[in-house]
Amino acid sequence: MTSVYELMDYAEVIERFDPVLGLEVHVELHTNTKMFCGCANVFGGEPNTQVCPTCLGMPGALPTLNGKAVESAIRIGLALNCEIAEWCRFARKNYFYPDMPKNFQTSQYDEPIAFNGFLDVTLDDGSLFRVEIERAHMEEDTGKSLHVGGSDGRIHGAEHSLLDYNRAGVPLIEIVTKPIEGTGERAPEVARAYVTALRDLLKALDVSDVRMDQGSLRCDANVSLMAKDATEFGTRTETKNVNSLRSVERAVRFEMTRQAAILVAGGKITQETRHFDESTGSTSPGRTKETAEDYRYFPEPDLTPIAPSREWVEELRGTLPELPWERRKRVQDEWSLTDAELRDLVNAGAVDLVAATVDAGATPAEARSWWVAYLTKEANNRGVELSELAITPAQIATVIGLVNSGELTNKLAREVVTGVLEGEGEPEAVIEARGLKVVSDDSALEKAVDEALAAQPDVAAKIRDGKVAAAGAIVGAVMKATKGQADAKRVRELIIARCS
Amino acid sequence: MPSISRDEVAHLARLARLAVTDDELDLFAGQLDVILQSVATVGDIATADIPPTSHAVPLTNVFREDVVRPSLGQQQALAGAPAAEDGRFRVPRILGEEA
Amino acid sequence: MSDLIRSTAAELAARIASREVSAVEVTQAHLDRIGEVDGAVNAFLHVDTEGALKAAREVDDDIAAGAHVGPLAGVPIALKDVLTTEGVPTTVGSKILEGWVPPYDATVTRRLKEAGVVILGKTNMDEFAMGSSTENSAYGPTRNPWDLDRIPGGSGGGSAAALAAFEAPLSIGTDTGGSIRQPGAVTGTVGVKPTYGGVSRYGLVAFSSSLDQAGPCARTVLDAALLHEVIAGYDPMDSTSINAPVPPVVAAAREGANGDLSGVRVGVVTQFSGEGYQPGVLRSFEAAVAQLKQLGAEIVEVSCPSFDYALPAYYLIAPSEASSNLARFDAMRYGIRVGDDSTRSAEEVMSLTREAGFGPEVKRRIMIGTYALSSGYYDAYYGSAQKVRTLISRDFEAAFATVDVLVSPTTPTTAFRIGERTGDPLAMYKADLCTIPANLAGNAAMSLPSGLSDEDGLPVGLQLMAPALQDHRMYRVAAAYEVARDAAAGAPLIQGVPQLAGAAR
Ligand SMILES: [Mg+2]
Ligand SMILES: [Zn+2]
Repeated sequence: MTSVYELMDYAEVIERFDPVLGLEVHVELHTNTKMFCGCANVFGGEPNTQVCPTCLGMPGALPTLNGKAVESAIRIGLALNCEIAEWCRFARKNYFYPDMPKNFQTSQYDEPIAFNGFLDVTLDDGSLFRVEIERAHMEEDTGKSLHVGGSDGRIHGAEHSLLDYNRAGVPLIEIVTKPIEGTGERAPEVARAYVTALRDLLKALDVSDVRMDQGSLRCDANVSLMAKDATEFGTRTETKNVNSLRSVERAVRFEMTRQAAILVAGGKITQETRHFDESTGSTSPGRTKETAEDYRYFPEPDLTPIAPSREWVEELRGTLPELPWERRKRVQDEWSLTDAELRDLVNAGAVDLVAATVDAGATPAEARSWWVAYLTKEANNRGVELSELAITPAQIATVIGLVNSGELTNKLAREVVTGVLEGEGEPEAVIEARGLKVVSDDSALEKAVDEALAAQPDVAAKIRDGKVAAAGAIVGAVMKATKGQADAKRVRELIIARCS
Repeated sequence: MPSISRDEVAHLARLARLAVTDDELDLFAGQLDVILQSVATVGDIATADIPPTSHAVPLTNVFREDVVRPSLGQQQALAGAPAAEDGRFRVPRILGEEA
Repeated sequence: MSDLIRSTAAELAARIASREVSAVEVTQAHLDRIGEVDGAVNAFLHVDTEGALKAAREVDDDIAAGAHVGPLAGVPIALKDVLTTEGVPTTVGSKILEGWVPPYDATVTRRLKEAGVVILGKTNMDEFAMGSSTENSAYGPTRNPWDLDRIPGGSGGGSAAALAAFEAPLSIGTDTGGSIRQPGAVTGTVGVKPTYGGVSRYGLVAFSSSLDQAGPCARTVLDAALLHEVIAGYDPMDSTSINAPVPPVVAAAREGANGDLSGVRVGVVTQFSGEGYQPGVLRSFEAAVAQLKQLGAEIVEVSCPSFDYALPAYYLIAPSEASSNLARFDAMRYGIRVGDDSTRSAEEVMSLTREAGFGPEVKRRIMIGTYALSSGYYDAYYGSAQKVRTLISRDFEAAFATVDVLVSPTTPTTAFRIGERTGDPLAMYKADLCTIPANLAGNAAMSLPSGLSDEDGLPVGLQLMAPALQDHRMYRVAAAYEVARDAAAGAPLIQGVPQLAGAAR
C-alpha cells in the first residue's frame, strides 16, 4: 500500500481553512433477536446458522418488528436530547448488493424515530463541546462477505465471494450529527471525543456491546474544509472503516491535511467514499460511482407505522440511567473537584470505581489517590483496564480504613494491595499471611529504640542535647529493625521521650 | 409529460439489474412512454392538500416480542443456493466498495 | 364423469365426514380428472400426487379414529403457485424460480394442512401475478374451460380454470388488482378478495405488498365462505394482519341462501359502465341488479368519481412496490443463475439472470416502478398515486355511509382470445378496471357468476364490494343472488361448461 499524497502542514491547514465535520455512527443493538425476525442476535456463530426465510430474503417471507429495538431506539433518542417522532415509518432503501438479501435495506428515511438532539462532549482540557444531533433512526445490518482468491482477502482481485447472513437483519441505530462547525484545530479531537462520549452513553443505556473492534459500533466521518472567507461548505468526503477511537481522530486529521493540499493547489475535492487504513493512517478512495445512487426510497408497506404514545415515551425517559455527563457534573460538585482533577478522573476511567470506594467508606480524596494515582499505574503495568484489576472498591476502602486507624502504613498498604492483586485473598488474609501488621506494641518498640540508641551513642547524645532533627537516623534504624512495620510517628515520639 | 428515450430505458434497466437487449430497448421505450403518459393522469386530481396513503389498513405499533425463534439449519438455508462453499453462499466476485 | 368431481366442497366434506366416501377416493378422483384434462387446460404447474394422497389418508385415519375434523377436511384444493409450500416447488409462474423448493409453508398453506384440506398441487399464473390472462406464465398459458381458445383471466387463471374444469372443488387465489375476481368472472366461478389484512400474506410471494391479498375460489358462495374461514385470521408473522375475529362469512352465506334481502341497500357504481363495456356484460349486470331488487334489496345509484383514476394509480403503486419486491431475485441465494463463468462479476451475473429469468411484462413493470420511484419523479408518480388512493378510500367511505354493499360488473368484457391483447399492455390492463378500487382501499370484494353474455355465450361476473371487515355482507347478498339466479336458469351456471376434449365420457 503505497499511496503518495501531498499533505499540508496541520498548522497551515488551520490558518487557511475551517473544517466541517459530520459523523455517522452505526450501533448494533444487543437485543436477543434480529430487527425483523426471531433469529438470535449473537456475534460469531457458525455461518448461516442464525438465519430464516425473513433474514435470507426468501420469497414470501415478511418482516416483524422487534419491539425491544424500538424501545432502545427511543431511549437512545431521549438520551441524546432528541424529539421522539409522534408517528414515523420504515422505508425501503433500494440498491443491489450481495450482502443484502432483499436488495433493499429496511431503514428510515424522512421520518426518523428521533431527531433534533445534542450531545455535550468533554474535550481533553475538560471543556465541553456541544455536538448537534440531526437524527437517530432504525435500520438493519447486512450480511458479511468473505473474498476468496485475492492476494490479501480484499475485495479487489478476489475470484469469488462467500456470504454469511448471520449478521443480516441485526438491529442498527444510525446516529447522524448535524454539520459540526467551529472546532478549528480541535476537529480531530472533537470527532474522537464525540464517538467516545457516544460509546459511554450507549454503554450506560445498556443497549449495545459498543465494541468497535467487533463492529458493534462503527463510525463514518464526513470531512470538508471551508476557506476562511467562504460562506458555503466545501465538498465533503465520507471516510468509512474507522474502527477505533484513535482512528477517528487520525482519519479526520488526515483528510483535513489531504484536502487542504488539493485545495491550495487549485484542485477540487471529489465527493466520494474513502477508506481508512489503520496501518498507514491514510485514507484511499472507494469505487467512484458513474452516477449518483438513486435509492428510490418509499414507505415500507410490510411494516405498520410506529406511533409511540407520549405516555410510553415518558415511561422510557424514566428508565434512563444517570447519563455519563450528568454523573460527572454531580461528582465534580459533590467531591469538590477542580476541572483538572475531574479530567484526570474521567480519563482514568475511574469515576465508577472511586464512587463505589466512597460508598464503602473512604473519602473522595483517598479513593481518588488510590485509583487515579496508584492503581492506574498498576493497570498499565499489567496491560489491563482499570476496571479489570482484581481488586474491588470495597477492598480498597478496607485498606484505607486500616491506614487511617494506624494499623497499616502507606507502604504496608501498598503491599497489601499488591497481595490482593496477586490473588492472595482479602486484605486481612494478605496481612495475616505476609505478616504485615504495624508494630504498635510500645514495649517492643521501646526495646528496638533502646537498641538503636545504644548502637549510635553519638547520635543519642545529640538528641539529648536538644538536636531533635538528629532523631531521623534512629527512626530509620528502628524501621529497618522492624522491617518497616512500625509507625514512624510513634517511633519518633518514643525516641524523644527516651532522650529527654 | 415525459417522453422516454432509449437512454432512459437503458438507465432504468441498469438500476434494476436487467441486461436488456437492443431490441428490448426499442420495444420498452415505446411501451413505457405510452404507459407512463397514461398513468400520469393521477396528477390531475392529486392536489397538495390530500394526504398520501401508504397502507390500506390503519394499523400502528405492531411489535414482536424479543424472543428467539428457531432458525433454519445451515443445510436448509443453503439448500436452494446456486452455489455454496464452507457453509456459505458462493457468489461471483463482488465489484464495488469494500464493505 | 365421476359425481365426486362435480360436487361442491360442502357436500364432499359431509360425505367424507360421514365416511360415505373416503378422502382418498375423492382425492384420487380429482387426480384422475387432472390427468385427463390438464393437458388441454394447463391449470397446474405441479401436481403433488403423493403428498395429496398422504394427506387424504391422514384425514381418513382421523375420521376413522373418531377425531374431530374441520368443515373442509378431506376436500381437495388447488393452490396458486405464489404461496410457498415446504418441500413442494414454488415458481410464481417464473423461470427465475424454476426448481425452487421452499423450506417453509405460507401461513395459508399451513392453515389448509391443519384443517385437513388436501393440496392437489400448484396452479398456473401470470408470472409474479402480473397479468390479467395467465398468458404471462413462463410455463405456457392456461386455457379457459368454457372455450380453450380464450384466456381464463389472470393472474390466477390456473386457480379459476381448475374449478371450471372440475379438477378441484376449491382453490386459492391472490388478488392484487383483481387476480381472484377477474378470473372468477371469466370462468363462471366465485372468487373472493377478503379485506386486506384478513388473510395472512406470510409466504405469499409478494408482487405489491400493500395490495396483495389471498382469498378463496370456489364454484359456490358457501364453499368460498367455508374456505374463507379456514384461511383467514390474525397471524403474528404478518405485521399487516388484522387482529380481530374473522367476519362470520359462513353464517352470512347460509343466511343469504334463504333468499331474503329486504333491508339491504345496494349501491350501483355509476362509473363502471358506458364506453369500453361489452353490451352483453352490461345486460347481464342489469339483470342481476333487477334480481337483487326482486329479492328485496333497495337499489341506489352511487357515484365514486375518483374510481376513474384507480387504474393509473394502480399501475404506479403496484409496479413501484414490485420493482423493490422483485429485487431479491438476484441469483445469489436461490433460483436460477445465468452467466456465472467465473470471469463475470456478481453484478453482471445478477443482470444476466434477471434478464433471462423474467418475462417481458415483469421487466416492463420493474422499469415503470423504478422510474416512478426515482427521485425526480416520485412526487408526480408514486406520490400522486398514493393521494389517489386516499381519494378512492374517501369515495368508498362516502358510499358505504349510504349503502351496505356496492355492485358493478367484475370485468368490462368476457374472456378475450389468447393472444388478443398481448401486444398492447394498456388494453390488457383495462381488464382490471372495476376490480382495482377495492385493492387500493383495502376493503372486501368478490365476484360471482351473473350468467352468460348474450352475444358470445361466455360467463359474466357480478362484483360485490363491502367495507373493510364487513366481508360477511357480500356473502349474504351473493348467496341470496346465487340461489335466485340458479333457480331462474334451472341449473348452476357452472354446469354449462362444455365437455373438455380428452376427457373420458
Ligand atoms: Mg443507513
Ligand atoms: Zn431470521
